[in-house]
Amino acid sequence: MAEDIFFRMTDIDKIYPLEGEDVHALKKVSLSLDEGEYLSVLGPSGSGKSTLMNIIGCLDTPTSGEYILQGREVEDMDELELAELRNREIGFIFQNSQLLPRLSARKNVELPLIYGGIRPKERRERAEAMLERVGLADRMDHMPNQLSGGQQQRVAIARAMVGNPSILLADEPTGALDQKTGAQIMELFQELNDEHRTVIMITHDLKIASHARRVVHIIDGEISEGGLHDA
Amino acid sequence: MHNFGKSFIMFRESVSMALDNIRNNKVRSFLTLLGIMIGVMAVITLITTVSGVTGSITSSFSSMGVGTLTVQVSGSDSKSGVTPEDLQVIANLDSVDGVSPTVNLNGRVSYGKNVQTGKTTSGKNAYYFTANPDMIVQGRALNFTDDDNSTYVCVISQDLVDEFFLGKNPIGETLYVAGLPFTVVGRYEEDSGGGVSSIFMGSADVIIPYTTAMKVNNSDEVTSFTVYLKEGVESDAAQSEIEDAMDKLFDYEEDCFTVSSMESIEDTMNSMATMLSSLLAGIASIALLVGGIGIMNMMLTTVTERTTEIGLKKALGAVPGQIQSQFLMESFLLSMIGGLTGAVFGLALSFGLCKLLGTSFVFNGGAILLGVGFSAVVGIIFGWAPARKASKLNPIDALRAA
Repeated sequence: MAEDIFFRMTDIDKIYPLEGEDVHALKKVSLSLDEGEYLSVLGPSGSGKSTLMNIIGCLDTPTSGEYILQGREVEDMDELELAELRNREIGFIFQNSQLLPRLSARKNVELPLIYGGIRPKERRERAEAMLERVGLADRMDHMPNQLSGGQQQRVAIARAMVGNPSILLADEPTGALDQKTGAQIMELFQELNDEHRTVIMITHDLKIASHARRVVHIIDGEISEGGLHDA
Repeated sequence: MHNFGKSFIMFRESVSMALDNIRNNKVRSFLTLLGIMIGVMAVITLITTVSGVTGSITSSFSSMGVGTLTVQVSGSDSKSGVTPEDLQVIANLDSVDGVSPTVNLNGRVSYGKNVQTGKTTSGKNAYYFTANPDMIVQGRALNFTDDDNSTYVCVISQDLVDEFFLGKNPIGETLYVAGLPFTVVGRYEEDSGGGVSSIFMGSADVIIPYTTAMKVNNSDEVTSFTVYLKEGVESDAAQSEIEDAMDKLFDYEEDCFTVSSMESIEDTMNSMATMLSSLLAGIASIALLVGGIGIMNMMLTTVTERTTEIGLKKALGAVPGQIQSQFLMESFLLSMIGGLTGAVFGLALSFGLCKLLGTSFVFNGGAILLGVGFSAVVGIIFGWAPARKASKLNPIDALRAA
C-alpha cells in the first residue's frame, strides 16, 4: 500500500501551456527510490531536469501521474500541504547556496526550524549540531559574506539537513565552486549518504553525476536508467 | 495548544525579522515613517491645542453662570416688558432664589470736569448684591430702601474710581450720569472673568437702583433680568417653570421672551469646539494618508528586492500566511514607530503652544489614541497589498530571479 512507499513516481507528465502551444516538459516519467539511496539525475539544460527537481521537491505538482513521498500522495496536494511537506521531507541545496545575507550562519540554518514551529532553544542546539557536522563549529556567528564559497555551501547543506528530511535534494551543488572545493563538497555528500541519508543530485556534469551510486539520464523530458557505478 | 505555541513562535520571529529589516534600511525606513510621524504630530497638536483653548473659554463661562438663567423680554403688542410686580411673581417660584433685573441707562458719566463717554450705567436691585456678596470692597451695596425709594445713589467700578478719584476716597462724592447727580456709596471689584463676563453678566461701570434707572428712562417695565436658582435645582426644570410663569404673564402669546442658561451657551461652545477640532484633525489625517502611501511604496520596493529571499523561505517550508504576516508586521511596526514618535513630538509641541497661548495644557488621551491608532490602521491597510503580493509569489519563479 501507499503508506509503505518511500518514494515512487509513476507516469508523471508536466505540460506548460505556452502561447497556445503546450510545452511537454516531462513525459511519462517513472522513478522509484529506496531510503538511503544516492541518485544523480543527469541531463543537459532544457532537458526537463529543473521541472523534475521542482516536482520531486514539492515546489510544483505534476499535470498527471502519481507521486508518493513517505506514503503521502503529493500530486493533488494544495499549497499549504506542499509547504509542510517541503519543510519536513525535503532538504534543498541550491547552486549558489542561497543564504540570507543579513543572518548569521547559525540563523540561516535555523530557518527551516522556524517555519516548522520549533522553539528557539531547540532550534539553536540543532543548528549548532548541524554546523559542527559540516565542519563549521568555529564559524557559527559569521555572516555569509565572511565565509568562502565552500563554507557557504556547507552552511546550506547544514540548513538542508537540520530538519532531518527524507531527501537531500541538491541542484548543481558544486556549480559555483572551484574544482578542489567542489570535490570536498562531493566528499561531504558521500559521507552523508554513508550515514544513510537519501541524496538526489540534479546535474548536467557527468563527473559530478558519477559520484552517485545510481544515475538516471533525462533527455527531452524522458528518463532512462543509466546503470550502477562504483563510488 | 501545539498550534498556539507554533503561532506564538512565528509571531515572535515575524517581529524580530521585521525589526531587523527596518534596522538594515535605516535611512529609507526613517524617511518613510517621517510621513506618519508628521501626520500624528499634527493631529495631536491640533486637537490638544484647540481643546485647551476652548476648555479655558468654556470654564470661564461656567464659572460665572452656575445656577443662573437669563431672561430676555421682547414683549407683545399690549405688554412690552415685565413690571416689578411681575418680577416678584418670578422670584416667588419654587425653584427661584431671587431675581435681578438689568435696566441700562444711556448717557455720559462725569465727575467735575472729567467726562467719560465710553462708560456704561446699569440699574440693578438689592438682591443682585446679595447674590454676589463679595463684590463690594468699599462702602455699602445698594439695598431695598434704595429700590423702594428710587434713590440717586450709585456704586462704581474700580476702573472708574481710578479714572475719577485716583488717591481720593470716592465715598460721598457726587458724579453725574445723563445729567443727573448720583452719590457714590460703594466701590466694587469685578472678578477675574474680565471682558467676557461683563458682557454676559451685564456688569457696568456705574450701578444704580433699577427703579431709578426706570424712572430716568421714563419706563415702568424691565426687558432683561437674571434669575438665580435655589441650590441643587435642575436648570432644565427651573427653566420650564419660569417659562410657564412667563407665558401666564404674557397671556400665552408666542415669542414674547427667551429664557437661556449658561449651560446652553456652554453646550453650543462645546459642540463648536468639537466640530473645529474634528475638522482640523480631518485635515491633519491627510498627512497620515500620504504617509501611508509612502509606506506602501517602500513595502512594494522591499518585496521586489527580496523576491529571492521570499522564494527561498517558501522552499524551506514557509506558508503564504507566514510570509504575509512578516511583511505586514514590518509595515505595521514601521507605522507604529512613526506614530509613537509623532505622539511624543506632538505632545511636546502642543505643550509649548499652550504655554505660548496662556491656556492650560490638558493631556488628551483620546487624541493620542486616535493618532497612534490611526497610524496602526494605516500601517496595516497600506501594508496589506505588498504583503499579499509577497505571499503570492511562486517559489520557483522567485528562486529563478536570483
